[in-house]
Amino acid sequence: MKKDADNMGRLESAAILGVMSREVANFRTFWKSSTFSSLLEPTIYLLAFGLGLGSTIVANVDGIDYIEFVGTGMVATAVIFASALPAMFGTFIKYRFQRTYDAILAAPVDVEELVTAEMLWISLRAGFFGCFPLIVCFFFGLEPAWGMLLVPFFGFVTALGFSAFGIAVAGTVSKIDQFNYVTTTVITPLFLVAGTFFPINQLPEGFQIAAQFNPLYQLVELVRGAAFGFEPVDILRILGLMVFSFIMWRIAVRQLGKRLID
Amino acid sequence: MPENDPIRLNNVVKSFGPIKAVDGLNLDVPPGICLGLLGPNGAGKSTTMRLLTGQAIADSGSLHVLGYELPGQSKSARARMGVVPQLDNLDVDVTVEENLAVFARLYRVKDVPAAVDRALGLARLTDRRKDAVDELSGGMRRRLLLARGLVHEPDLVLLDEPTVGLDPQIRTQMWTLIDDLRTRGATILMSTHYIEEAERLADEVAIMTAGRIIDRGIPSELVAKHAGAETAEVYGPPDRLAEVRAAAEAEGLRPRAAGPAVAIVGANRQTSKSIPEDAVWRAATLEDVFVLLTGEEAE
Repeated sequence: MKKDADNMGRLESAAILGVMSREVANFRTFWKSSTFSSLLEPTIYLLAFGLGLGSTIVANVDGIDYIEFVGTGMVATAVIFASALPAMFGTFIKYRFQRTYDAILAAPVDVEELVTAEMLWISLRAGFFGCFPLIVCFFFGLEPAWGMLLVPFFGFVTALGFSAFGIAVAGTVSKIDQFNYVTTTVITPLFLVAGTFFPINQLPEGFQIAAQFNPLYQLVELVRGAAFGFEPVDILRILGLMVFSFIMWRIAVRQLGKRLID
Repeated sequence: MPENDPIRLNNVVKSFGPIKAVDGLNLDVPPGICLGLLGPNGAGKSTTMRLLTGQAIADSGSLHVLGYELPGQSKSARARMGVVPQLDNLDVDVTVEENLAVFARLYRVKDVPAAVDRALGLARLTDRRKDAVDELSGGMRRRLLLARGLVHEPDLVLLDEPTVGLDPQIRTQMWTLIDDLRTRGATILMSTHYIEEAERLADEVAIMTAGRIIDRGIPSELVAKHAGAETAEVYGPPDRLAEVRAAAEAEGLRPRAAGPAVAIVGANRQTSKSIPEDAVWRAATLEDVFVLLTGEEAE
């Protein structure tokens, strides 16, 4: 044991996988309800927006059936709601109420490994659940395309950033009620101007420029590229999402570290 | 301070704003002993524990755990250290054995199933291994917390108030397990504010208040040194207790409130003139020493 202890380094896979194994063990106890809501929510949205608006007000957008337009866009909504919110609430509850992180950090795990493991696990889930709107869309006539196989990856990369964002927020606020400020002022606007329900090019120019810095908008465009054909600019989009996730990762490590280490 | 002591703290200071939680703490724990860190609430015991696990960083001073310098080598130290926390932070929806398996992985145990079996046996929870933690009694959960801290067979065990809030039967169960651990030769640092716990389990007791150790030794030696052989207790209405107390103080004795009585520490049947005839004499205890050294006022 001493020899192993002497060789401890940074970002060890054993520590990260160990923390993730805890998440998996817990997820086994609630996966049914989680999967049910992840499947039902996009179905309801698609029925409400796609069939409701699509059959009465908007038939298509840029030549795409409105229900397919919304369905592909809703991948981003599913990703942010499956990453930012669980990260915010889960992190806060685990360090404040359950004291789970005290137990983990008493083992040979540091804050950077803890944050990384939480991000990876949440993002794997979000990447998976993010595909559900697309799958539901198949039943409304969306044609499968090879590019769609990349959608879980796009969702995963974006979710890394948003889960880190959630962890950073949880490490910053002092009361759980303060999450309301974040959801109202950050998350809701981000998903409303991501081009999910209406095309960005109908917004004033200032909003169109701002949307370029919205990671969710970039994800929506990538998913639509996967469904209807990629463009060269999509390479820049995925690189941008990677940079976003990296920056948020470092912020999350810093903020949660300040919270957990006195 | 010998180089091979599992814990060596030298002049450690840790403040939270204007409050000095640990104030020039010197502490060494030799291998193979159980040291009881005894102090009232707010004495700095929990902060000391957090310093040892790298969850608090000292403002100044030096800390060495199992030969590793903290905080830089804290992760290596934690790999060989087991921690049993004061608060129950088990995963309640997950089974007993999964709780242990997760921590066996975090501690890089090579044979996880064997480690889980061993820890279950130690905590006498083998027959409850498939149950969710939520289904366990309070005593079983405390035993599981202990097993979780020992799943990797650590060289050093930190017990932070291991029986706080438990009823007497469960406390006795925990004492038996801790005593087993002690007799196996593990080095243990146990913080507690239960005097009986320290007396029963600790080879040595360090009394801590205001962030520093004010005395340390074998419990019986501490009693003899600070409280003498006997303590007189006088019962009566408050007015009378106040009179007895004043008379004892005037004689240079050290009275203290002891529930419905005044306990006069250091009194002598033959020579102490201020002790009333109806006083009840009993052997001096570690509690007498504790209150004498840390004061009567609780924080």
